[in-house]
Amino acid sequence: MNPTDTKTMQSATADPDSADAAAPAMIEVENLDFFYGQAQALHDVSIRIPANKVTAFIGPSGCGKSTLLRCFNRMNDLIDVARIDAGRIKIHGVDIHHADVDVIALRRQVGMVFQKSNPFPKSIYENITYGLQIQGVKDRKQLDEVVEKSLRGAALWDEVKDRLHTSGLGLSGGQQQRLCIARAIAVEPSIILMDEPCSALDPIATSKVEELIQQLKTKYTIVIVTHNMQQAGRCSDQTAFFYLGKLIEYSKTEKIFTNPAQKQTEDYITGRFG
Amino acid sequence: MHAPANPFAGQKSSSRSIERVAFGVCRSATYFILLCAACIFGTILFKGAGTVFQTTAPFINVPFLTQAPETLFVFEHEGVKMKMGDKEFRRFKEEKGLPDIAAESYVYSSGGIFPCIVGTVLLVVGSMFIALFIGISSAIYLNEYSTHGRFVTFIRLAILNLAGVPSIVFGLFGVGLFVAFMPLLQNFDNPAAPTLPVGFGHYLNFSGWNVCLLSGWFTLAFMALPVVITASEESLKAVPMGFREGSLALGATKWQSIRTNVLPYALPGMLTSSILGIARVAGETAPIMFTAAYVVRDKMPWDVERPLDMLFQGVMALPYHIYVVSSKIPQNEYTERVQYGAAFVFLVIVMGIALTSILLRIKMRARYRW
Repeated sequence: MNPTDTKTMQSATADPDSADAAAPAMIEVENLDFFYGQAQALHDVSIRIPANKVTAFIGPSGCGKSTLLRCFNRMNDLIDVARIDAGRIKIHGVDIHHADVDVIALRRQVGMVFQKSNPFPKSIYENITYGLQIQGVKDRKQLDEVVEKSLRGAALWDEVKDRLHTSGLGLSGGQQQRLCIARAIAVEPSIILMDEPCSALDPIATSKVEELIQQLKTKYTIVIVTHNMQQAGRCSDQTAFFYLGKLIEYSKTEKIFTNPAQKQTEDYITGRFG
Repeated sequence: MHAPANPFAGQKSSSRSIERVAFGVCRSATYFILLCAACIFGTILFKGAGTVFQTTAPFINVPFLTQAPETLFVFEHEGVKMKMGDKEFRRFKEEKGLPDIAAESYVYSSGGIFPCIVGTVLLVVGSMFIALFIGISSAIYLNEYSTHGRFVTFIRLAILNLAGVPSIVFGLFGVGLFVAFMPLLQNFDNPAAPTLPVGFGHYLNFSGWNVCLLSGWFTLAFMALPVVITASEESLKAVPMGFREGSLALGATKWQSIRTNVLPYALPGMLTSSILGIARVAGETAPIMFTAAYVVRDKMPWDVERPLDMLFQGVMALPYHIYVVSSKIPQNEYTERVQYGAAFVFLVIVMGIALTSILLRIKMRARYRW
């Protein structure tokens, strides 16, 4: 792609579809420019992510989709050279970089599941209760309830209910990832960010997680980054395609996969590059 | 016809002989180290065992481990050559009514090394706590909190340089800072030193802590710091980033995440490597000879009026005692006993510390595995 193409290309619409514009936006990104040191990772990205839907971010490696995801719970704060030069991110209508926003409180609202499942080397029970314990919850009964509720919510309860006090690392890869999802929902967030949650899982474990995502979206807003286009097609309501730090196209998932508006999107989903 | 030529036949070439030479050099260098180690350990174990062990029950020379050093008196009595420690000799003179009996005296050659063992243990334990606290805290700051910039690079450079400072310089630094300058909180204005009144009739007198345990602890701790910081940072780096991200993403503060999800897994590595480093430093004579060690002291460290006075007294220490008995007193056939005995005991103590840290690592590693 040469630079003139970029200029002539019409910018992607912020809304997935005019029909959904009326739906309340959970996350609103306005004209975001993001840098790692001198390198610009996101160019003028604007996107509105509706509540209680699954939104998939697709695109080739290094296109900025994970960077944008990690902006939503400000995990990029951990990276020294990361900075936002322009634009705003609003969640629940609040600018998350406003001085009044406590990043701790933000992260309780915006949970995250990582690419590499990262259960703590503690028991399954302690993994789930971790988020509450750091908030100072000590009531054993309440913790027990949360553990059961979260594990049921992550479709893991029946598999682990007899070994809650054994190490979370003793679980299989797929179970570990669902444990991480259970851990995230234990603190009752409103949004769950998933950064390639199935990239290390086999097809059966993947389908279990995908099933779970479908169940979760009734209660949570889910944003999922994935390299697997079939996965985006199967489990998302709308899909955003990123390329070289720009949002190329954002639309309902059926539309992206059957009738993409942009040539680049079509090239990517038909496997011509990426 | 003749059989086909062997395609794998060895060829004489210079690279073949260079190979042999290189192999030989590397191997003999390794064997040379082994030889040195065997000489050191062999001599000390062989000669020291004679002092520490004995052939009759209880097979261990208990007085050597439980008594203070004494002067040895050698004399002839009724045609028999006798050797006695100071106290025994005095009792003997009284009993026999021979106050003027002629005897040759050899300092420190009788009795034991108990005060030195106690002093060394106190020095090691105290400096270990100080070094671990300062070292682990700064490793956490450098690895978890600080942003990478010129200032942090400068700090790391300073730590590296600290590791290269000779031990005698640390000793002199300890004299300058702790022995001669650090403030004491006293209820009078010391006219001989800079003073800072703090109210309630008390003054901070910058007269130094003198030669004492506290000065020795800090000097040794500072010397061990580079090892402790480096080891602690390595252990922190070995903890997967995912543990930190996982807990931060759940709304943990940075310190909560470090305390619950980083430190427990880094601690085994931190402790073991640090303890080994401190054991190494504890063997140094130079840093303590001006700051904490006495050639001889009759009182034991716990013979104090107030508990706090324990910190402000000098102690005898094994490395310094070995130095004194092997270079500061006239050498003769009677001094070898203490020299090798003390070296033997010292070696056993240092090995004990090392062994403890290794066992600790095995135990803690088994508990936290990922």
